[in-house]
Parts: sequence; structure tokens; C-alpha cells
Amino acid sequence: MLYRENGQFKTSYQADQQIFPISQDRLAILLLIAVAAIVVPAFASEYMFRAILIPFLILSLAALGLNILVGYCGQVSLGTGAFMAVGAYAAYNFQVRVEGMPLVASLLMGGVCATAVGVLFGIPSLRIKGLYLAVATLAAQFFADWAFLRISWFTNHSPSGSVSVGSLQAFGWRVDTPVEKYLFCLMFVVVFALLAKNLVRSAIGREWMAIRDMDVAASVIGIRPIYAKLTAFAVSSFIVGVAGALWGFVHLGSWEPAAFSIDRSFQLLFMVIIGGLGSIMGSFFGAAFIVVLPIFLNQALPAFGSLVGLSISTAAVAHTELMIFGGLIVFFLIVEPHGLARLWSIGKEKLRLWPFPH
Amino acid sequence: MGFFLETLFGGLMAGMLYSLIALGFVLIFKASGVFNFAQGAMVLFAALAMARFSEWIPEWTGIESRLVANVGAFVLAMAMMVIVAWLIEKLVLGKLVNQEGITLLMATLGITYFLDGAGQTLFGSEIYKIDVGLPKEPLFLFESTFEGGVLIGKEDLYAAGIAAALVLVLTIFFQKTGTGRALRAVADDHQAAQSIGIPLSRIWVIVWSVAGFVALVAGIIWGSKLGVQFSLSLVALKALPVVILGGLTSVPGAIIGGLIIGVGEKLSEIYLGPMLGGGIEIWFAYVLALVFLLFRPQGLFGEKIIDRV
Amino acid sequence: MKTRSLTMAVALALAAAGSLGTSIAFAQDKVQFFPSLTGRTGPVAPNATPFANGYADYMKLVNARGGINGVMTLVEECETAYATDRGVECYERLKGRHGGATVFQPLSTGITFALTEKIPNDKIPMITSGYGRSDSADGGVFKWNFPLIGHYWVAGDVVLQHIAKKEGGWDKLKGKKIAVVYHDSPFGKELLPIVQERSKMHGFEVQLLPVPAPGVEQKATWLQIRQQRPDFVIMQTWGVMTSTALKEAVATGYPRERMFGTWWSGAEPDVRDVGAAAKGYNAVMMQHGAEFEAPVVKEILEKVHGKGQGTGPREEVGSVLYMRGVVGAMLAVEGARAAQEKFGKGKPVTGEQARWGYENLNLTQAKLDGLGFKGVLRPISTSCADHMGSAWARVHTWDGSKFVWASDWLQADEQIIKPMVRASADKYAAEKKLQRRAPSDCQG
Repeated sequence: MLYRENGQFKTSYQADQQIFPISQDRLAILLLIAVAAIVVPAFASEYMFRAILIPFLILSLAALGLNILVGYCGQVSLGTGAFMAVGAYAAYNFQVRVEGMPLVASLLMGGVCATAVGVLFGIPSLRIKGLYLAVATLAAQFFADWAFLRISWFTNHSPSGSVSVGSLQAFGWRVDTPVEKYLFCLMFVVVFALLAKNLVRSAIGREWMAIRDMDVAASVIGIRPIYAKLTAFAVSSFIVGVAGALWGFVHLGSWEPAAFSIDRSFQLLFMVIIGGLGSIMGSFFGAAFIVVLPIFLNQALPAFGSLVGLSISTAAVAHTELMIFGGLIVFFLIVEPHGLARLWSIGKEKLRLWPFPH
Repeated sequence: MGFFLETLFGGLMAGMLYSLIALGFVLIFKASGVFNFAQGAMVLFAALAMARFSEWIPEWTGIESRLVANVGAFVLAMAMMVIVAWLIEKLVLGKLVNQEGITLLMATLGITYFLDGAGQTLFGSEIYKIDVGLPKEPLFLFESTFEGGVLIGKEDLYAAGIAAALVLVLTIFFQKTGTGRALRAVADDHQAAQSIGIPLSRIWVIVWSVAGFVALVAGIIWGSKLGVQFSLSLVALKALPVVILGGLTSVPGAIIGGLIIGVGEKLSEIYLGPMLGGGIEIWFAYVLALVFLLFRPQGLFGEKIIDRV
Repeated sequence: MKTRSLTMAVALALAAAGSLGTSIAFAQDKVQFFPSLTGRTGPVAPNATPFANGYADYMKLVNARGGINGVMTLVEECETAYATDRGVECYERLKGRHGGATVFQPLSTGITFALTEKIPNDKIPMITSGYGRSDSADGGVFKWNFPLIGHYWVAGDVVLQHIAKKEGGWDKLKGKKIAVVYHDSPFGKELLPIVQERSKMHGFEVQLLPVPAPGVEQKATWLQIRQQRPDFVIMQTWGVMTSTALKEAVATGYPRERMFGTWWSGAEPDVRDVGAAAKGYNAVMMQHGAEFEAPVVKEILEKVHGKGQGTGPREEVGSVLYMRGVVGAMLAVEGARAAQEKFGKGKPVTGEQARWGYENLNLTQAKLDGLGFKGVLRPISTSCADHMGSAWARVHTWDGSKFVWASDWLQADEQIIKPMVRASADKYAAEKKLQRRAPSDCQG
């Protein structure tokens, strides 16, 4: 009833090919951005920003990047933590070594370095496929872990190996308070989401999807696998590198290589799969799920326990969290293997008919 | 030269230990097509069960004999692994029958978290001891030829022997017994196997139980070496290069891959490491596997991946 | 399918609502709130659990003794599993609760580095006894960090002093080889500057052997040690890495008497399952060791465990890491007490006021004895410039079933350490474009 495109006629190709052809969708997206940019900063607490919203934004950006590689191009990569680390350390080096380097430029240069590394570690994908590739990308992960600990040039010869960034400034504004950091990240996320969405709708995006679905057939009809796969690695690593730089600069402030360990890679892969492979929206859903769930469990379990009259120790809470987390992942995979994005699109389908049953 | 031999032996032994864990991966992949990331968690769970039961059995029954405690613990731990296998088949695999590989991979990651949490809830998160009588002292060979002798860890030698025996048993099981043949049939083609009457879900329970048994043996050996604690599940990460180097579907591949990775790791750490500042073991193993894969993308002994268009 | 998707949608909505709701701050309680960042799960659980238990038990003891001039302590735990981002989340969640956190003790070097950036804004001090940044002893740059009673450079110096004493003097170390097996992380690397400084001064060779976390596979490391035959091995390790190292030492035949841990690698969980084979293993202890006979331990057993309020198992009370938690809690409480002297007795102090307390800590031997730490701790006295307070340490040895003291009280050589601390702090200040604190800032 509400979600109908009756009466919406397109009079130009441009109008027909836009990302949100249905005007209700356009309205919804603009409303969402307005709420995110104006309403949330007005009402959310500092804890919400620092512990939930900022990590959510940065990790959804990283999940976006990974989704391009895994969801759209079908190359399973477990080395995402390494690319985030490269982005973070590269941005740090630009910021610290180049006098007067603008913050945004450092972050983007971090992405560029991550791209170079991503393409390098993407070369094996030309020969290796599937699970073998997944494990091979772990080579990138562990190598990065080692390199940032051992090669002191990367950490500006810091004796402990930890690096930290001072106060951040972008376009003349200081990015210090949680609200400012949140808006800074939001800006990056919106821009990159738009770019990514347009990229996957374009020719290169279709090439990626062709490679994902049937790579032999794709090469037979003239799509060059080397170009498609390496561009997927390049674009994905760029986005992931920028996300890594944001994670280090904006969220942590001071980090060591363990912040980008294999757990981070697995976490991102979870986000992509639970959110939905091959879906930009899915990256956000997955990130929200994975960021919010542990915190929710951490707070809900003791509350639940006290309701039932049990006092649960912190260790037991942590263990139960792990069990529920694992159980929920399996549950979601069984119920909807295509992820939360699929649930969302089913919901939209139902909404088109609502309130009629069929 | 003596030191080189020492490193070589050490690498071979370490490699055998990795193979123990890799065997579990290969078994499950061979029979159900699932890359079981939860193998490390299964090793931890099995080792925890073994360690704690061997502590609790003397408390419950009052029998002080080490042998009785260990044997009883082994039986109980094996029973737990069978229950875990059955639950996994029922609740996870059975529901995800026709899904893509990556979905199954993620499901096993979910199982990893679940087993980690469940193991620590049931058995605790301290360091526990497994004492099956493996000797801890070193053995020095060729003391006359090389100064100081060539060191071989006795425990590692026993572990390598046990791993070799396990491989032999498994090979006989697969080649000579009816169940083994059924497992190979299922690995070859699920639907064909089903159509000739092989009960798929029962086979999967058997496979996961056998993998659980392998995990238990690996858990006992690693646990006796390192102590049983959460970090044991991280040893599986070191076994992954072995699996992909040897080929996901090959049992001898797991052994040969293990030996290659073990030797490569140790030699690189000792000879190459000091030049690069040390600590290169873990990524070297993966890079080595990666290089091998570039020449044989399906691993040394794996089945060639055939794409049909 | 419909009901399933409906239930899932409802569940997700509830989850979102739940996490929103839980961030509501509590009303101002009249308690002194001490958050406890724990590591009860994960690879460091065996070592971090006793610390958390000791911390909680001492706080309960303080309440049993009447609180801090009547103000009761409140401990709330948050599990970090030693992961930096979880530690940051715990910090953000707990810092405003129950009237504001008094002090944080993250127990992880990674979390310490991350929180060092945040605490000046939030005005909450941080005690990092025996870990974290060694240069944070310089209070002129690090206003909010307090590495009370020792940091890694103290540990390294004391362990080398002990080795030198055993050999018969610093000059006897010339030409000897000392290997450092360390956790390949900022925690592990923190020890290296002092070892390298001393090696330059006295002419012994240093062999660095990093072990990637979590350190379950150390065969290559110990084969190298067997090949190089260092005279001594110093172990800057933590968690399961230590016991693995000891087991590999047994397997390669390296004498345990020549192995020296640094305070986090010399406790019961590290040696217990190696048992008799670890006999002879030494570790340098930040003043206290395993103190089963200490008066405070007896008091805890009587007043806390005796009333069924013990946080962990009874057998653990008095063990090395448990005592570390007790000492950490004692320092936290005494700083708050000192702050109350200045800002008003009998009411809770804010984090900022507590910071003044930690900066003006003056724990004389009489006071420490009165608190039950006779024979356990030596006087601790901090100041604006010195946030460490004392540089005493001792070495203990595992005799197969318990730790016994192997050395007298040794004091780290501040003549060497202070300039290193200052130089490193200056570098940090330059990088962050901070100014050193003015003397007027120290007053208030």
C-alpha cells in the first residue's frame, strides 16, 4: 500500500538507472542519513558513540571492502586484518613523517598502500581457488603481524612497538569529541558506500560477479580473470585499508599489531557472511550484529541471571557469551544462509504487498 | 652439522605433531566436504575432557592407579567426542546439507566458538595436566660423532610413533573395512552413495567421531607437551598450512605436508630467522605452503579441482 | 517462515534496544568505585584470574575493616580476555558508573597504551604496577599514569644485578652471553632497552629470541638456545608461553637454574604443571612474592573467606599473582585514602582527586605493617616527578613445590634508569606535542 511504485514514471535513462529508483527508497535513505547525522548526535550517550557507533561505522566500512572481494568476486580472503594493519601503519607513517600532512590525505594514502599490498597478495588468486586461497591469504595476515612488530621503521622506531596518534584535525575542525569522531567516520562511510554501490553496478562489478559465479565461463566470454580478480583485491584492500586507518586513528588512538590480528579477520568474515554476501546493505547489517551482540550479551546475561536468582561470574558470562555467539552464528546460517540482507529484501517484498496477503 | 641434524629431527617431530591435527581436517573434508575450522576447538575440548576426567576419576571412585584413571578418562573423553559429533551432525550439518562451502566453513567457525565456551564452562580455564607417562627428558644421539650429541626429544619421538601408528590404523580402516569403504564412497559422491543405500547421516556421525578420536589423540599428545589450556586450540592454526600443502583430501598428504612444514619452519627459524630478527616461524610455514600451491593449486596430493562449465 | 522471520526481527529489535538501555548511568552512589578489568578467559586466564580474585578479596577486606574512612568500596568486573578493543569497551562502559571510576588497572600492556590516550580527557588515573609503559614513571609527562612499585626496566635491572652478584661482580659478566626470550609484542619488547643498556655498560652479549604469541611452539627457540649456549636466559613471557618455555627447556636440557623470569613469568601457574622438573627456575619479584604467611593473607582468610565471601578458591590466597592483585588493590585504596585527607574525609573522591592521592602517596613501613604487609613491601613514596614510588625487588626460586626467596632486597639503579625514562618520556611528549607539566601543576 505504501511501498508501491504506482505513478512513478521515469523519463530519462539516468532516472531509470539510479541506485534507488523507487521514491520511497530514496526518501528512506535520505531520512536514514539525516537521522544518523543529526538525530543520533543529539541524543546518543558518549558510551554509545565510543563503544558502539564508532566501531560499528568503521567495521561496516571494512566489511564493505571485504564484501566486494568475497561477496562480489568470490575470492575468500582471511587476510583482512593484515590489510587493515597496513592501512593504519601507512597512514601513521604519512601523518608522522610528512610535516603538515592533512588527516584525510594520510588516511587515503593508507588506503593506497593497502591497495599495493592487497594486489601483491592477490596474485596467488590467479592460480589458487576456494578454500586453498582462504588459507593462503592467512600468509598475508601472519606476515603483516610479524612485519609490524619487527621492522621498526614502520613504527617510527618506537621502543615498545606501539604507536599512537595525537589529536586529529580535519579541514580546520578538531576531531576530538565522540560526536566529531562519529561524524568524521560517518562521512567516510557514506562516501565509500556510495562509491562501492556504483562500482558494483558498473561493468567492473558485473565482471566480478561473473568471475564469482563461473570463472571458467567468464574467461571464455572474454572477461580477463587477472584484471577482474586483481581489481577486486585492489578496491577491497583500499576500502579495508582506510577502515584500518580509521580504526587506529579514531577508535583506538594507540595500537599494536595485535589489534589487527586473525581474530579481526574472522570477525569481518563473519560480518560479511551473516550480513549477506554480495550485498552492500548486508555489510552494515552484519557489522551491527557482530558489534552489538557481544556487548548486549555482556550486559544482558548478568541481568538475566539476577532475574533467575543466579549470580554469574565474569568468566562464566564470557564463556556463555562465546557459546551463544557461536550458537547464534550457526542458527543464522541454518535459517538464512544468504544472510540478513536476504531477510531484509524478503521483508521489502512483503511490504510491497502489505496489507494484502498476496 | 650436528646442529643441522638436530634441527632436522626437531622439524620432523614437530611436523608429525602438526600432522596429527591435520589428519582431523582431512578426514572430515574427505567424507563430508566440510572444512572443519572447529578442529582446534575439538582438540582442546577432547584434551580438557581427558585432563579433567583423569583428575576426577580418582576423586569419584577412590582408585588411585594412574593407569585406571587415564584409561577411564580416555573412554569418557571419547564418549564425549562421540556425543559432540552426533550433536554437530544433528544440529548443524544435517540442516546445512546443500549449502556452499563457505557457509559450512562459517558454521564450523560458529561451532569453534561454541566448543571453546562449552569446554571452558564444563571443565574450567586453568592449565591442566595430562600425564600419560610420556618421558620428558631429552635423548642425545651420536655423542661420539658430534660434540654435545644430536638432541631428540623423547616425548616427540613417542608422539611421532603414535602419529604414524594412527595413520596406519586409519589407512587400514579406510581400505579394508566396510565402513571405511562406505566413507570413501560418501567422499566421492554424496548422492550416488545415498542412492545405493549408504545412510548419510550415520556416516557423518562416524566420520566426525573418528575425527574426534584423532583430535583426542592429538589433544593428549599436545596437552602432555604443553599443558591443557585455551591456547591449545590455536595450535590448529599451525596445522592449516600442512593441510593445504598436502591437499585437503589426502591422508598421506597430511603426513608428508606435516613433515615438509615442520622441517621448513624450524630450519627457517634457526637459519633465516636471526637475519630477519627472529619470530618468522608462523608466516614462513604459510608462505611455504603458498609457494607450493602456486605450482600445484590443489596441494601435493589433493584431487585436481575440475571445473565444469 | 513467517513466524521465524518475525521472531528474528523482534529479537534484533530487542537487542538494539537492550544495548541502548544499558548505557543509562546509575545514580550517584556513596561508594568508592573500583572497576576491575579481568582476563578470566582466553590465553592468559590461568595467570590473570588469581590477580582479579586478589583484587576483589582485598576490596572486600577493606569494607570489612570499615571502608576508607567509612566509604565502602565497590568492585565491578569486566572481562577483556586481554584483547585491546574489549578493554577499551570495558573502560568506556565502566568509567562513568557508580559515581565515576576511581582508578583503572588494565593488566594488559596493549590496553594500557590505548587507555593512556583517553585518560587525560576523562580525568581518571591508571595504575600499571609492573607493566605498561616504563617511561610513564616520569610524572612530568604522564600525569595520569602510575607504574607504582616498579616497571619493566626495574625488573630487568634487578635481574641483571642478581646475576652479576651470583657471578661475583659486574666485571665477571664481560664476554658472557645472555639470551632474552620474549613475547613478541610491546609487552615483551619493553624489557629490551634496559638489557641492551646494561650490555653496553658491562660487555655481555645479548641474544634476542622473540616468540610470537601465544607461544605454544617454541622448539626452534630452544634449539637455538641449545646451539648458542647462553650463560643465562631471561624470560619476558606471560601466560602459557612461560610454562611452554620451561617444558622446552626440560626437553632440550637447559638448566633451569640459569633461567630468570620477570615478574609476570614467575608464578605458580607457570611452574605448577612442570612440577619438580622446573626446580631451580628463578624469577624477579616486584617486592612481594608468594606470601602465605603474611598478616594480610591471614586477615583475608579470616574475614573474607571465613565468611564465605571469597572470590576464588581458598588455596589460591597468598599465591604470587593473588598477592599482586592484593597489592594493586591496596595501592588503589591508599591513594584514595590519601586523597580523602586533602579533599574531605568520609566522602568518595573523584578520579581527579584520587590522582592527586596517587601522586602524593607516602606509605611508610609503619603504615604498611599496619595494613598487614609486614615483610612483604618496602616503603612507597611517589611525587610529581616520580610516579613509580619505589624500585625494590627480590628474586625467588621454585624448589619443586613452592617459591623460596633466593636474594636479598635489591634496588634498581635509578642513576641508569631515570635518564632512560626521561629520554623516552621526552620523545613521547615531542611526538604528541605535549608540554612537560609546570611545577605549579604539581600542587593541586
